[in-house]
Parts: sequence; structure tokens; C-alpha cells
Amino acid sequence: MAPTAPTAAKSASPSQPSGKSEVADLKQQLRQLAGSRAPDADDQRRDVFKRVISCMTAGIDVSAAFGEMVLCSATSDVVLKKMCYLYVGVHARNHPDLALLTINFLQRDCHDQDPTIRGLALRSLCSLRVPNLVEYLVSPLATGLKDPSAYVRMIAAVGAAKLYHISATACLDADLPAALKALMLSDPDAQVFGLLVCWPTAGSLFKSVIGGQVVANCMHALQEIWTLEAAKSEEAAREIETLYSKPVVFYLLNRIKEFSEWAQCLVLELVSNFLPSDNNEIFDIMNLLEDRLQHANGAVVLATIKVFLHLTMSMTDVHQQVYERIKAPLLTLVGAGSPEQSYSVLCHLHLLVMRAPMLFSSDYKSFYCQFSDPSYVKKLKLEMLTAIANESNTYEIVTELCEYAGNVDVPIARESIRAVGKIALQQYDVNAIVDRLLQFLEMDKEYVTAETLVLVKDLLRKYPQWSHDCIAVVGNISSKNIQEPKGKAALIWMLGEYSQDMHDAPYILESLVENWEEEHSPEVRLHLLTAVMKCFFKRPPETQMALGATLTAGLSDTHQDVHDRALFYYRLLQYDPAVAERVVNPPKQAVSVFADTQSSEIKDRIFDEFNSLSVVYQKPSYMFTDKEHRGPFEYSEDLTNLAVGAETTENTISAQRYQESDNDLLLSTSDKEDNATATSNGSSASTYNAPSDLSGPSLLSSQIPSETSLINPGAPTYSSQSNFSLDDLLGLGVPQASAPPPAPALTLNSKPVLDPGTFQKKWGQLALSLSQECSLSPQGAALLMNPQSLIRHMQNNYIQCIASGGQPPNYKFFFYAQKDGATAFFLVECIVNTASAKAQIKVKADDGTAAEAFSTLFQSALSKFGLS
Amino acid sequence: MISQFFVLSQRGDHIVFRDYRGEVPKGSAEIFFRKVKFWNDDEAEEAPPVFNVDGVNYIHVKVAGLFFVVTTMVNVSPSLLLELLQRIARVTKDYLGVLNEDSLRKNFILVYELLDEVIDFGYPQTTSTEVLKSYIFNEPIMVDAGRLPPLGPAAMFMQGTKRMPGTAVTKSVVATEPGGKKREEIFVDIIERISVTFSSSGYILTSEIDGTIQMKSYLTGNPEIRLALNEDLSIGRTGSSSYDYRSSSGGGAVILDDCNFHESVHLDSFDIDRTLHLIPPDGEFAVMNYRITQEFKPPFRVTALIEEAGPSRAEVLLKIRADFSANVTANTIVVQMPVPSYTMRASFELEAGAIVGGSEHTLRAKLTFSQESHGNLTKEAGPVNMNFTIPMYNTSKLQFSVIQD
Repeated sequence: MAPTAPTAAKSASPSQPSGKSEVADLKQQLRQLAGSRAPDADDQRRDVFKRVISCMTAGIDVSAAFGEMVLCSATSDVVLKKMCYLYVGVHARNHPDLALLTINFLQRDCHDQDPTIRGLALRSLCSLRVPNLVEYLVSPLATGLKDPSAYVRMIAAVGAAKLYHISATACLDADLPAALKALMLSDPDAQVFGLLVCWPTAGSLFKSVIGGQVVANCMHALQEIWTLEAAKSEEAAREIETLYSKPVVFYLLNRIKEFSEWAQCLVLELVSNFLPSDNNEIFDIMNLLEDRLQHANGAVVLATIKVFLHLTMSMTDVHQQVYERIKAPLLTLVGAGSPEQSYSVLCHLHLLVMRAPMLFSSDYKSFYCQFSDPSYVKKLKLEMLTAIANESNTYEIVTELCEYAGNVDVPIARESIRAVGKIALQQYDVNAIVDRLLQFLEMDKEYVTAETLVLVKDLLRKYPQWSHDCIAVVGNISSKNIQEPKGKAALIWMLGEYSQDMHDAPYILESLVENWEEEHSPEVRLHLLTAVMKCFFKRPPETQMALGATLTAGLSDTHQDVHDRALFYYRLLQYDPAVAERVVNPPKQAVSVFADTQSSEIKDRIFDEFNSLSVVYQKPSYMFTDKEHRGPFEYSEDLTNLAVGAETTENTISAQRYQESDNDLLLSTSDKEDNATATSNGSSASTYNAPSDLSGPSLLSSQIPSETSLINPGAPTYSSQSNFSLDDLLGLGVPQASAPPPAPALTLNSKPVLDPGTFQKKWGQLALSLSQECSLSPQGAALLMNPQSLIRHMQNNYIQCIASGGQPPNYKFFFYAQKDGATAFFLVECIVNTASAKAQIKVKADDGTAAEAFSTLFQSALSKFGLS
Repeated sequence: MISQFFVLSQRGDHIVFRDYRGEVPKGSAEIFFRKVKFWNDDEAEEAPPVFNVDGVNYIHVKVAGLFFVVTTMVNVSPSLLLELLQRIARVTKDYLGVLNEDSLRKNFILVYELLDEVIDFGYPQTTSTEVLKSYIFNEPIMVDAGRLPPLGPAAMFMQGTKRMPGTAVTKSVVATEPGGKKREEIFVDIIERISVTFSSSGYILTSEIDGTIQMKSYLTGNPEIRLALNEDLSIGRTGSSSYDYRSSSGGGAVILDDCNFHESVHLDSFDIDRTLHLIPPDGEFAVMNYRITQEFKPPFRVTALIEEAGPSRAEVLLKIRADFSANVTANTIVVQMPVPSYTMRASFELEAGAIVGGSEHTLRAKLTFSQESHGNLTKEAGPVNMNFTIPMYNTSKLQFSVIQD
């Protein structure tokens, strides 16, 4: 049990005492020692201090001794000093007045001869976190940043960030960020290692490590300060971009080997946000970092991989090569470290495997579970085996998985069976797998049977042609042997669905109904209701009795859903049995693909956040972090390296306005047709994305006016449509594809004005509304020899380009457009690959609700490129 | 950015607790401990090393039976934090000689001192024992290593025999020896973890070696060391062309699939003469990690046979043959074989402890079941797992010689 109360931790060892009397005793002893000049006074103080800190660690409130601790702190003994500073740092916030007492000797120590003491004092001074002591901080910090000792500068750099958190204005007024920046780019000790030949002496090596840490801490501090400032000032937003600028990035990259491994990670993270101007730069960076893939520290390797993956995003061939290259180092890392370290690496491997299963399909043996793997590792490995199974390796993988099914580790056995089922669902040749699954049923272990039944059910939904083989085996299973609700429900579903093929289905169901009272799971009872209904329509005479009993039992059921469903069936049968049959037993089509649980947009987001917790949780960061705690790199898409669109539009001339809005109307009607075709295809319609819903309160408030203005004109047109969908919900034979209602019509302002700076800021602030892939006409793709042609075409559709770049076959554009008569802007990132005639678009909108409509409009404009 | 760092004992006691940024609500250590203890209780699963409770991310590693934990509010690199936690544990071990609850409790002030230098305001600073030495003033209080069971992966390193007396490797890197004189020593070891799957007919299905060259340096003055590996060592199997590797494995060459190296290793002449140059920093570290999937001769052949001997009885026959030369001996052997969950009683006879090369050993066990078996015994028992140490022997044939200028 966890010691919830501090007293629970007491007397664990003689050094861990507890209780109020203890604190009083300590106070007493401290008071006696305060003025003592006895030769062994320091030793005695050490002992008492130790006990105080021991109490503090155990969670006992020792703040009452604050005054006495401070009194004892005037000492030259470093160990004592450190203990005292630790104590003061923890408790100063609650005793701001008493904390003032420590300022004096801390300030004095800041001028000590010994750099170790200076550093120590400065660190403690900045850790007090007392707002009204800020005035005492600024000058020691400013001095500290210029201290001759790198150790002190290193501490001062972090101190600046600490100060910012206590008082932002004090930090900015003292111009500390500028000092940090200067230090970062020209720290004297950091320069030392630039001159070192390949064999550094121990001393210089040491010096350079500390020097490197000065630079790294400046980076940390600047990132933190500017990221938080960027929300308030544009200047800070610009400053943050200078961190990702070519001079800074190359300066750091050239020295990367002299940084500590932790600082290397920081530099690499920074580089992954850098947008090189041409391919040569990309290759230079990759060549320079190549050997980082052989680093023993997994964090360095993963950070390097992130750089490689992000740099080569637009170069498909090289991107593939990167995958090939990183495979071996990642697999080595999996084997090298502790299970915890392998877990994190495996999570990243999993992400890559999901993106490129083919690439890893020959390495399937690396993902076999080892006996000693902890269950969290085994689970991941099973998922990977599932993902990489293809024609060539399925036999081996399934054989291995079948071994795990009998495993003593029950959760893993279950997962393995599920994995076999998943593989069966994604393969075309399921023959052999079905046999194996059916063999599981013969193992006669309850959990194995239950898991397998669920899978057989899913398999049958996808491959109805297997029903005969499966039903033969399933029919032999006694429902009494299955207790788990999921497995039981699956069995009952099969009994209902295939009652015409299973000889004794009505009787099995009947016996289940007889035990209605003992069935605890509502899920099973619901399935039982439906199964009996299905069976009734297939074999009425044999089931009639059971149906009556079922409906009676269902109607008196205490569970609301069960009761309601029973009543619904009852009324439906009363109304017209023919209709009831259409509802319960409609002709079914095989399920071709089971719904993916995660949208591709979310997957892309996670990939963008490679080497972060997002990969472990398989969730993008906005789902598990507060806005204020988002990392420094969160909103850092960068436009600086793209050429600003050559043809910037002139300012609007209002005289042309009327005519143009007529054109808008015309355009919007033709778009409506496009809308209709697009949605009936169904494929692109599913992306009403979570991010736009979750993007945070700050967005919502600003978009309310535009939202209403947008919806009103469109609303009447679609009212009939919504009636349809209501009918459809009842399932009464309206043979309509489940098309979502088309998005409201949208007209665009013909001459919107947005300057690049604002664009960039908006792009940084807005959440992604949607991201889609769409295609260009082949003619259009052929025509796209330079960005200008497309820019002109889009301009005719009132979509303006703000920046473009790239080499054939890949182009990148940033477009924007504005809703007519409103202030809301749409921002688009569009990456076109002319070789495949495909385009990736990412839309961000001030008004998230209109993003879908805009995207449709945008795609239609794009698809017409080259056709006129 | 790390918010807090703490070490908890197996019972959840705070051994050290350091808050760097004051942003995580109180009680995080208790929340963490409860979550880990009761993770998916009914399935008895182990908590993953990274999880999130109410917006706080908890990242932990288990070392020597202790939880080393950091908390963070931001979306950072999990690998960075896990590596850092391992490194903190290793630096602590360098200082204390032995890492366990007892030594940590005795030296918690020293650990606080270390933590102040290793992490500042949540940012990792330096984890090099070498660099830290100049800023740490507490003297470690030594605990007796002998009576404490070694734990964790580094345990193998401590168990060594004649060549490597336990006390030598469990002494602190920084503490002065009782005699006042410091012995100039360096320990280099190859540790390999072998995973082999045999089919029932004894055929090898999968085999893999994860190896490490471990070093622990007590040298003063940072002299340069050269480690010469096998001259015919090659790295990277060329894709899937199996011809290639079969022909070369016949020649007895060591082929690594891949490897990585410690910071301090210079590879300038590695491609020419397979020599690693390094200035070993103080303390313990992995010079090189490598992975081999090339076919190799496993040191043991294990065959397991389980036969029904009546309705609720079975007999297990476990044969272990040592396939290495007779002048080496394997010790600390643990053989594990899970038996069906309804086994009531097992009786077995066992031959002597250590296994000499070339010998063969048999274990017979009689199992009594509480219910009738379902004729599927082979699926419900096993697999057999074996842990062993063979001093002065390694499967990959990777070798090294240390040259000091």
C-alpha cells in the first residue's frame, strides 16, 4: 500500500523519523547549534540538517524550522550549504519574509572566489520562487551570464528561465534574452572545441562539455521564454524563428559532437524543425548526422531519425532509403537497453511499422516475444507482428502466435489470439488461418474459446463463404462452457445469424432464454433478443415458443436497453411481421474493411510528433497536454524558406465588387454539384475532424459571428435532406447511401488581403481543421512545370498564394482565401506531387465549421487545373 | 522539461524526492505508486514505463527493485527520460559502489547533491561521473555488498568469478580506499544475451545475440585505451542475400548485424584495423552494443519432453547438453519451465549444480494434477527458459584485447 499519510513512512530506517515532536526536537537542536563555534559544530549541524531533509523527503512538514535553518546557514562548509539551500528552495515560497533572510548570504556567495560556490549560490537564489525577491535576482544573473567560469554561466542561463517564470517583466526588462542569445552564439568555452583537433586532452574535453552545456542551457531558456512570449508579442515569434534559422542551425550542427548527449538531443530537435532551402542542404545535414545513428543513447538515435524523416518528407525515394537505414539501429536499441528503454524504442518502431509494413516484413523474427519480456513489450510486439503480416510471412507469424495462445501468461495468450484474428481479417488467403483458429476452440480453455468465438464472428462478417466450416465447429461448443460476455454474445450472434445451418440453433437459444435470469451481462441479453428474432424468421415453427418467452423476459428486464429493445421488437411484430423481418434480417453484405479506429489525420499528427510521448500514447499531444504545457516546437511550421508568391494581389477596388459577387454565385452553384458528387463517393466525406472540435476555447470565441453568418443562408436548402436522414435512422427501407449532409455553400472574397507575417502567425496559432489527399487532372500535373501556373489558376478561383517553393516533381504552396463578407480566413498548405498527380492539403480555418466546405471548393478548383 | 524526480522503495516510501519546477500537484508520488501497484489488477499485468494520469506524465524505470521516476507536464521524448533515469541510476552506482535501497537511504544527501547537478530546472545537465566529481562534496558511505543479492542487468557484471572479484566492481569510483592508495584498474567484459528457439525436433528456429562490451574504469589521469576486436569482424548483413552470409560464416568470421558505440569511442581507424580508441571516463558504461542474427552454435541444447503417465499425472524429462569445450564451466544456472496451472505437486530429481563443457544433464519431474489433463500438455507447459553464466566464454566468438599506450 502507498503511504498516503506521512506517518505511514515512519521508522523505515533510523534516519527517517517522523512526527511533530521530532520537528520540535530538531528546532531545539538547531537553535543550540546556531551560534556554536565548537570545533565539531559543523559535523553536528550536518547530522541535524540531514535529519531535517530526511523528514522533508518523507513528506513531513518541516517548514516550522525555517528560521532556525537560516540561522545555521552562515557556514563555509559546502555540504552544509547545499543541504541548507535545498531546504530553503523547497520552503521559501511559503515563508517569503524569512526567505529574505537568506538573500544576504546568497548574494555574498554569488561573489565568492570559488566558481563552484558562485554557481551554487546563483542556482539557489533563482530557485527561491518568491516574487517580491525578484529585485535581488536580476543583477547577480546579469553578472552570472558574463562570469569567467563556464559553470556559473551554465547555471545563470537556466536561472534566466527561472526568473522569467517568477516575473516575466523583470526578465525582459533586464534584456536577459538578448544576453542569452549572445552567449549562445559566442560562448568562449564553446569556441574552444571548435579548435580542438581529433584528440582532445582530458582537461579540454571537460571544459568543452561544460561549455557546450552553457550553449544548451541558453537554448533551453530562450525556447522557453520566447515560446511563452510568442503568444503575446510578434517580436518573440520572430525571435523563435531565428532559432530555427540557417546560421544558428548550422552553427550548432557543426559542433554537435562536442555537446553532451542530452544537449545533442536538444540540437537535433531544433534541426528537425528547420526547413532547408534545397536538397543539397538536406544531404549535407544527413551526412553530418549519419554517425549519430550509431550512438549508444537511444534518445540521440531517435532524435536523429526524426530529423531524417522530416527532412526527406517530400523526397519519396530518399524517405524510403531512410527507413531502410534506420531499421538496423532501432532493432539494436531494442535489444541493448533495459526493458523500459526497449519499450520506448518499440513504440517508435510500431509507428514506423504501421506506416511502412512492407519494409519490416522480412524482420518479423525480431518481433517474436521473448520469455523474459514484460507484458507491455510483448503486447507491442504482437501488434507489430499483426501489422507486418503479408503473403510471404503469414505462415511463420501465425505459427508463432499460435504458440503464445497456450501461454501461461493469460493476457498475452488472449492478445495472441486476437492478433491471429486480425491477421486473418487483413489477408486474402485465410484458409490456413481459419483452421488454426478453429483448433483453438478444441483447446478447451475458457478464455481461449471466448476470444476465438469473437474472432470467428468477425471473420464470418467479412468472409461469409467460410460459414459452413466454422459453423460445424462452433455448433459443437456448449454455451454453458462460456462465461465471458463477449464470447457468449458472439456465439449467440452466430446462432441467430446462421440458424438455418445449425440444426439445433432454436433449441440452444431456447435453453439460453430459460436461464435469462442468471445472465448478468446486458450485452448478452441484447444479443439473445436479436438472435431469437432472427431465428424466428428463419425457422418460425421451432422458435415461436422461445420468441414469446424472450419477449416476455425482455419486457420485464430491469436494464433499460434490454427492455426498450424487447418492446421495440414486440411493437414491430405487432405492426407488420414483414417489416420486422426487413429490420432484423436484412440481406447482408460482407464487411470489406472494418472501420479504422484512428483517422489518418491523427496518425499524421503523431508522426509529426515523432520522438515524443504522443508516440507512446498513440495520441497527438493536444489530447493529453494543457495548452500552456505544449512543447516549444508545437507550432513551429515555418514559411521563411519558401519564396513569397510573386504575384501579390493589389488592394481591392470596390467598384468591381458587384459583378464579382455575381461570379461568386455562379461558382458556388457549380460547386454544389461538385459537392454532391464528392460526398456520394463517400470516401472523402468522413473527415469532420476531431481537432477542429477540440482546438480549444480561444478559437471558439473568435469565430462565433462568422459561424452564424455562414450557416443561415445555406440552412433552408438542406432541410428536406435532414428529413431523409431521420427516416433513414429508423431503417425503414429508404435505399439511400449514408451520405452526410453536404456542407453549406461557400463563396469567397475575390480580393482578400493577408500579409505573410499575419499568415505565418495564424498558421502557427490555428489548429488543423482537416487534411486530405486529392488528385490533379493528368493534364494539370503535366502543366505544372513551375509554381506560377497553378498560382494563377487558383487566383482565378479567388484563392491566393502567399508562398510557394519546391522542385519538380514536388511543390509546396501556401494559399489563403477569405469568406466573402466575413473576416474569417482559410489557410491551406498544399503539397503537390506532379509525378503521381496527387496533392496533400492541410486546411486551417478561422472558422472551423466552414473548413469542410472550403476544402471541397479548393479541391474542385485544383482538379480543374489544366482542363480549361 | 522534468517537473519532479523521485525514487520510491518497493513499498512506496520516498527515498529521495526532488521538485524542479513546482508545477505538478501534490501527491504525485502516491498517485504513481498506486497506479503501478494496481495496474490492471485482475490481469496481473505490469505497468508500462510511461503513463499519464490527469495530465501528468509519469516515466519510470525499475532498478535494483527501486522505482526511479520523473514526472513532466510537457510532451517530451520518452526515450530521453528513460535513458536519463538509467544514467542517473548508473552515476549513483558509480558513487555508491552498490545500488540498492540500503545504500541509497544511507547516502540520500549525496544523491540530492548529484540530482542538483544532473538536472537543473528540469533540464538534463551532465551525467558524466567524471565531470560531476568536481562538484560533489559528500563522501559516499559504503554498505556491505556481499550479503545483498545483486539485481538488474548489471548484476551479471558483479557476479563474476576469479578474474573479477565481486568487491572490486562494487566499490565506489570516487571513494578513497581504506589504505589511502587507489588501485589503477579497468574491467572490460563481454556480456551476451542469447535467444534461441528450438523446434521439437531440435532444429533451431530463431537465434539472436544481443551483446554488450561493458567497461568499468578506475583509472586516474584518463589514459587512452585501444580495444582491438576480431580482425575479420564485419558489420551489416547485406540485405537478405543469404548466400553471402552463409559462405562467410563458414570461415568463422563474426558478422554483426548492427552495433552502436559510447560517446567516448573514436572510430577513426575502426574500418581499417577494427580497433576502438577511447579515453574511458570514470565509472561503468557500455563501450559497444551489438546484435547478431548470424547462425551460431548455442552453448546448450535443451530438449524437453512431457508425457502423460495416467489420467492426472505427467512426467517431464528435461535434457541439457553443454555444447562447449570441457575446460570451461557454466555456473549460476537457472532453468525454468512453466507447468499447467492445475498442477498440484511436482517432485523431481536433479544432478549437480555447475555444468562442465561437453557434459549432459537430465532432470526428471513428476507432476500431479488436480484435474484430468486435456491431452494438450505440450501446449500448456513450457517454454523452457534458461539463465546461465559461462565465464571466459562467449557464443559470438567476438574477442578483444586491451592495449594501453
